[in-house]
Amino acid sequence: MKNKKLLAGPYLFWAVSFIIIPLLMIVYYGMTDSKGHFTWSNLAQITTPENLKALGLSILLSLVSTLFCLLLAYPLAMILSELSMNQTSFIVLIFILPMWMNFLLRTMAWQNLLEKNGVINIVLSFFHLPELTIINTPYAIVLGMVYNFLPFMVLPIYNVLVKIDKDVISAAADLGANYWQTFFYITLPLTVPGIISGITMVFVPSLTTFVISDLLGGSKILLIGNVIEQEFKQGSNWNVGSGLSLILMIFIIASMALINKYDKDGEGTAF
Amino acid sequence: MTNKLIDIVKVSKSFGENLVLDELDLYIRENEFLTLLGPSGCGKTTLLRILGGFETPDKGDIIFGGKNINALPPNKRQLNTVFQKYALFSHMTIAENIAFGLKIKGKSKSYIDDKIRYALKLVNLDGFEQRTPDSLSGGQQQRIAIARAIVNEPQVLLLDEPLGALDLKLRQDMQYELIRLKNELGITFIYVTHDQEEALTMSDTIVVMNQGYIQQIGTPEDIYNEPQNAFVADFIGESNIFAATMVKDKVVKMLGAIWECVDVGFGENKPVDAVLRPEDIDLVKPGEGVINGVVTNLIFKGVHYEMEVLANNYELLVHSTDMFPVGTEVGVKVDPFDIQIMKKPESEDEEVSNIEE
Repeated sequence: MKNKKLLAGPYLFWAVSFIIIPLLMIVYYGMTDSKGHFTWSNLAQITTPENLKALGLSILLSLVSTLFCLLLAYPLAMILSELSMNQTSFIVLIFILPMWMNFLLRTMAWQNLLEKNGVINIVLSFFHLPELTIINTPYAIVLGMVYNFLPFMVLPIYNVLVKIDKDVISAAADLGANYWQTFFYITLPLTVPGIISGITMVFVPSLTTFVISDLLGGSKILLIGNVIEQEFKQGSNWNVGSGLSLILMIFIIASMALINKYDKDGEGTAF
Repeated sequence: MTNKLIDIVKVSKSFGENLVLDELDLYIRENEFLTLLGPSGCGKTTLLRILGGFETPDKGDIIFGGKNINALPPNKRQLNTVFQKYALFSHMTIAENIAFGLKIKGKSKSYIDDKIRYALKLVNLDGFEQRTPDSLSGGQQQRIAIARAIVNEPQVLLLDEPLGALDLKLRQDMQYELIRLKNELGITFIYVTHDQEEALTMSDTIVVMNQGYIQQIGTPEDIYNEPQNAFVADFIGESNIFAATMVKDKVVKMLGAIWECVDVGFGENKPVDAVLRPEDIDLVKPGEGVINGVVTNLIFKGVHYEMEVLANNYELLVHSTDMFPVGTEVGVKVDPFDIQIMKKPESEDEEVSNIEE
């Protein structure tokens, strides 16, 4: 027993050094002013019109991205779960291949594709089709989010789908349910844990990202992630940056708690 | 019990290279408890899945109540399946599980509530409406699976090794339950199992299958007492099977001696197989039997003793309530009607193919 506890040592050291202490530091910076006196004003910064707008836009784009990911991922996960093992591993390979490339590189590639004189527009003008002008718009940001985070939606749903006993599906058909009835009454409810896990894993990084909005949104569109980044880097104001981070964290915890309320089993969620 | 309800006509099915059913013919009568019995891989589950609509036959026809139902999907068939691992809907309560088929059919709430109560009473689980499947034992889950199937008033209930996952005592109780249910409901049961005891206990008719072929069809008594080939004799109960020669009608030569039997019509000096059930062999004083032997092994089995007797270099398995210690010299006697003579298969193929065309 004692030896086993010792095995947790390295991780404990890691967690304390790189998770708990930084977290406490953010709390400290977020709750104090530049002279080290306690204040609520950093947290209150969220109520400025620009910051509220950034938060609102972040939530909106994250929700839209999560929805698109879900709509794309669910059918894909269903197809994958019905294939034989060999076929599945091949398709999964193709599917996660882009993930082996650097995240920044992938997003920059989209920048190149979508630019005014980018690859897509060159191809479109060759066929005398109208130009695509979504770079530096929220559409490009959503595209970037969906592209980058889609695998995180597919995998948890796939994992839950393959665990459903084939006989349960057969039983529904046996009791008179057609394909869609079986899907809505049996398959979908049984995959709720996977859906919730997927939503968590797409929604949270979408809400906090600043790289995607930086590269695909230009400097025109500020998400809450960009605001925090700017406070730290350009404004060198760690206090306000930390304060806004805390607000975002509270927001994420609240939304996860809300989702968890609908997940009775608690299987496969982030908490 | 006389009307043909389901007629299976020359049904073949293969998965890839593997031929699972080969031109199988079988009919099932109304109100019959029919058991498909055989080792794993004999095609019994495939046949049940074809009846349920989960597989389509490559060749042949399934005629149900006079209509060909080959192309009918499972949700349109007048039969319901009880699956091996229950296949309950884990996200629903027991009441919702049972109500599922009725809700799909759009029955009224009061009708459904009545049916749930009736079905739970029938399987002795009154008051379980609001429980979840996870909180039930295996035996209880299986009863719910049966309740969920029978509320739809199917003409035929298909049961795929429903007792396979239960422990011995529960399995025996459930066998009586199933017989009672079948009698109360007055519908046809088609039951798949590899357990010969289950088959013998419950069935009106047993269909013994091996490698995609029917080996023998008959009542439990027929199958046990008059197996038609070595496979059936070996699969149902314990048995001694010997190569023998039919000297003439009612006289057989086996174990190095001449025995009196009751079988006729095998011809003269024809090679046959002879089956002796262990409980049909009588051990007597040396010299008083047809042959003499020595007890080489003795095990107490509870109901009886199991002994191995070496006689004329043949090993015999004997069940008896009398105990003969190892080393005892005994005489071996068998009543003529307890010797079962079977035609010897001329090739391996014939052994697995139909016995009586």
